[in-house]
Amino acid sequence: MNELLRRILFLPRQASTIAEEIDKLHYFVIIITMGGALLVTLIGGWFLFRYRRTAVQKDPSRRMPEATPAIWLEAVVVVGLFGMFILWWVIGFWQFMAIRVPPENALEIYVTGKQWMWKFAYPQGANSIATLYVPAGRPVKLILTSRDVIHSFFVPDFRLKQDVLPGRLTTLWFEAKEPGRHDILCTEYCGVSHSTMRGEVIALAPEEYERWLQGKSPAPAVAGPVDLRPSSVTDYAPPELVSMVRQGERAAAEHGCLRCHTLDGTPHLGPTWAGLYGTTIRLEDGGSVKVDEAYITESMMDPLARIHAGYQRIMPSYLGQIRPAETSAIIELMKSLRDVRPKPGAQAPWGTVTVPETREGGQ
Amino acid sequence: MSQATIDADAKPESLGVGADHPDYLRADSGLRSWLLTKDHKRIALMFYVGVILFLGLGGVFALVLRTELLTPEQTFIDANTYNQMFTLHGITMVWLFMIPAIPTVFGNFVLPIMLGAKDLAFPRINLASFYVYVLSAIILLGAMLAGGADTGWTFYVPYSTTSPTAVTWMGIGIFVNGISSIMTSVNFIVTTHTMRAKGMSWHRMPLFVWASYATSIIILFATPVLGMSLVLIALDHALGLTLFNPRYGGDPVLFQHLFWFYSHPAVYIMILPAFGVISEVVCSFSHNKPASYRAIAYSSLGIAFIGFFTWGHHMFVAGLSEFDAGVFGALSMFVGIFSAIKVFTWVATLRGGSISFATPMLYFLWFLFLFVFGGMTGVAVATQSLDVHWHDTYFVVAHFHFIMVGGTLTSFLAGAHYWFPKMFGRLYDERVGLLTSVAVFIGFVFTFLPQFLLGNGGMPRRYFTYPERYQWLNVLSTGGAWLLGAGLILALGNLLVALKWGKRAGPNPWGSRSFEWITASPPSKHNFEETPEIERSAYEYTLSEEVARERAKAR
Repeated sequence: MNELLRRILFLPRQASTIAEEIDKLHYFVIIITMGGALLVTLIGGWFLFRYRRTAVQKDPSRRMPEATPAIWLEAVVVVGLFGMFILWWVIGFWQFMAIRVPPENALEIYVTGKQWMWKFAYPQGANSIATLYVPAGRPVKLILTSRDVIHSFFVPDFRLKQDVLPGRLTTLWFEAKEPGRHDILCTEYCGVSHSTMRGEVIALAPEEYERWLQGKSPAPAVAGPVDLRPSSVTDYAPPELVSMVRQGERAAAEHGCLRCHTLDGTPHLGPTWAGLYGTTIRLEDGGSVKVDEAYITESMMDPLARIHAGYQRIMPSYLGQIRPAETSAIIELMKSLRDVRPKPGAQAPWGTVTVPETREGGQ
Repeated sequence: MSQATIDADAKPESLGVGADHPDYLRADSGLRSWLLTKDHKRIALMFYVGVILFLGLGGVFALVLRTELLTPEQTFIDANTYNQMFTLHGITMVWLFMIPAIPTVFGNFVLPIMLGAKDLAFPRINLASFYVYVLSAIILLGAMLAGGADTGWTFYVPYSTTSPTAVTWMGIGIFVNGISSIMTSVNFIVTTHTMRAKGMSWHRMPLFVWASYATSIIILFATPVLGMSLVLIALDHALGLTLFNPRYGGDPVLFQHLFWFYSHPAVYIMILPAFGVISEVVCSFSHNKPASYRAIAYSSLGIAFIGFFTWGHHMFVAGLSEFDAGVFGALSMFVGIFSAIKVFTWVATLRGGSISFATPMLYFLWFLFLFVFGGMTGVAVATQSLDVHWHDTYFVVAHFHFIMVGGTLTSFLAGAHYWFPKMFGRLYDERVGLLTSVAVFIGFVFTFLPQFLLGNGGMPRRYFTYPERYQWLNVLSTGGAWLLGAGLILALGNLLVALKWGKRAGPNPWGSRSFEWITASPPSKHNFEETPEIERSAYEYTLSEEVARERAKAR
């Protein structure tokens, strides 16, 4: 029954410990809502039919202009309805408190939202971008904040959501029932690439999670929805031999590079990589530099050191985020694009978003 | 069949009050006589043209949005344009159509006649409110051309203060628009208090007046808060005052409190006049007095009052304390109760009536389903644990479009057909009216029902691209939107054709007992020669035609 209703209502999987309970209230509320609306419409429609003027003129006994309306009936229905609303409120508030109060033993992970990516930092020292690794079967408490505007951290499979505010720490806790992969979506409009600010929660078996924390790659034994985006590729060596360029594409997608840089010369927030390698670019503080391995590596590890003229200071540092093999793979990718001709106008940035934090930095 | 709506009992012996004078459309001629008119009916018509234009513009924005969402990736516009489109759609529909629509068009036109007055209390302020509305529209259109806005109609900080678009001018435009609303609302309140005809006690007034009165009260108390908040945003955006910036001690959530303190009551500004229209339509076409006059009248005031204490339900996951969330959730349920009282009373009014099934009545039937379903989903999203999942997803989009389009736009169309003979003295084609109404309903259901399911599935609102699993529901919704658009254009076409070629209507083609129908159709310039003497309520269908006329003496 639960499964049937869940599918009829298009609800996602119930992957957290609280999801099924919330869905049960959902079924209760929505069935009453749909039933109530239909009932009122049917009664209204029946009256419209029964007391239509042609019928009333044929059979004047139907006409009851002096009839006392059944106010007591209305009162009973209204009071009953109010009781039902209060019942929903009681259950809903009860569940809400359960969602909001994390258990004592919850594992803590720090989350930072920025335009337009999620970053996760673990007290043990590990960190990641866009992919949140958690152990299944254990409560996890997220401590969230934002670097720029308001974002909202939403995992539909968990039925959980929390706004992420600059200058404030908010919390959210959940317990994934079993290993699996779940979408993270941003649900507070945050600018031009709001709809691409996505990520993924990967719940691992506890021992795999420990291995991951220690920097040892986990076995990719987690199932995901069939239509999961290909961008969240795992970061260990692929089973078959793949060219450096292909590996670079994967790494660039996984680390969120392609949210701001394009490969085909379309203008975007960062310089396009098409035809970039080997050229000489102007820098923000005057001067110029040749785009070679050294400059690219520097831009990944210390992006604000030398900024391409005309672009915002919005790129985060990838120091410690990205492995050396991936760095070289990305450089290889850029080399492979050196002959792609950028579209006209691609040298100018496309989104001119001012980020409050960098406003000062820029002065 | 198309004749069924003409009341067979009513034999219009007279042509209505003021029929021996030229009607208000022909009383004066020349452009100047329109632009400088102080006649509430002419001002209502000028507003009519304005709000229809902006309904069209907002509708075009909506169709662009829906068309873009046909495919999960980019379809035909880029992300920047998309973000501008949903913002402009919201701003145009909320401030240039929804809020002014029913009060300034039907309110301006019929409210003084319903009260037996020759005009509103302040005719010059009424004219000024039109020009202030036009000014706000010009500012907003200018801002749309000069950079637009990509903040959503909610203007949440800090994004809105850093957005490179014309946020400052949008804020100023909406501020000016608020002045226009306040002018109209003051006029309605004063008119209702001071200009009622002899013998027109408060409980004899048509229910539309009660609804307009309650709306005016909300406008008067809530709009200044919005104006103030948007001035802060505009200043912050233009001068970098950093009022809400946490870096300098500001609080972005404070803005949300201020915004929703207005914008939640604003939802009732948009729906209460619709309740008024529905009350009139139901009673007129069923030839029955309302099952409980006081229940309908007072529940409007109840909504107006309680509506001020529910704004926090927009912020359950925004950083509100759990206790506050609980209180706001419980208070929000009361709105559902007041609305339920109204709905039950309308349905009970039908019982034992003599119902003619004209186009406005069909719109009422749609309204019944859409408003009850939309309203109950409102109670659902006020349930905290469910709202955590639904917040800022398409479920919420579907919910408020059920209320705003399913409730308000449907009632606007009901009113447009119901008062059409009064405003223009002609009858529209009933058959085409019924058909377009069916098209509007089907289009609506296909547009917004899938959006509930999208929200259940977890698709966030304001998404330019979306995961592929949401596609087919989006395609369904887009198809529905095009059908809805076509239905609305046909409905408008039907009315426009009737302007010239419609059959002449008598003063009271629906056999209504409400007071605006004692005048000629269209009414004369001053409505009445002298103040009428009223000795009955607006819904005395048990009296014979002669007695009813006798008890509402007017010249």
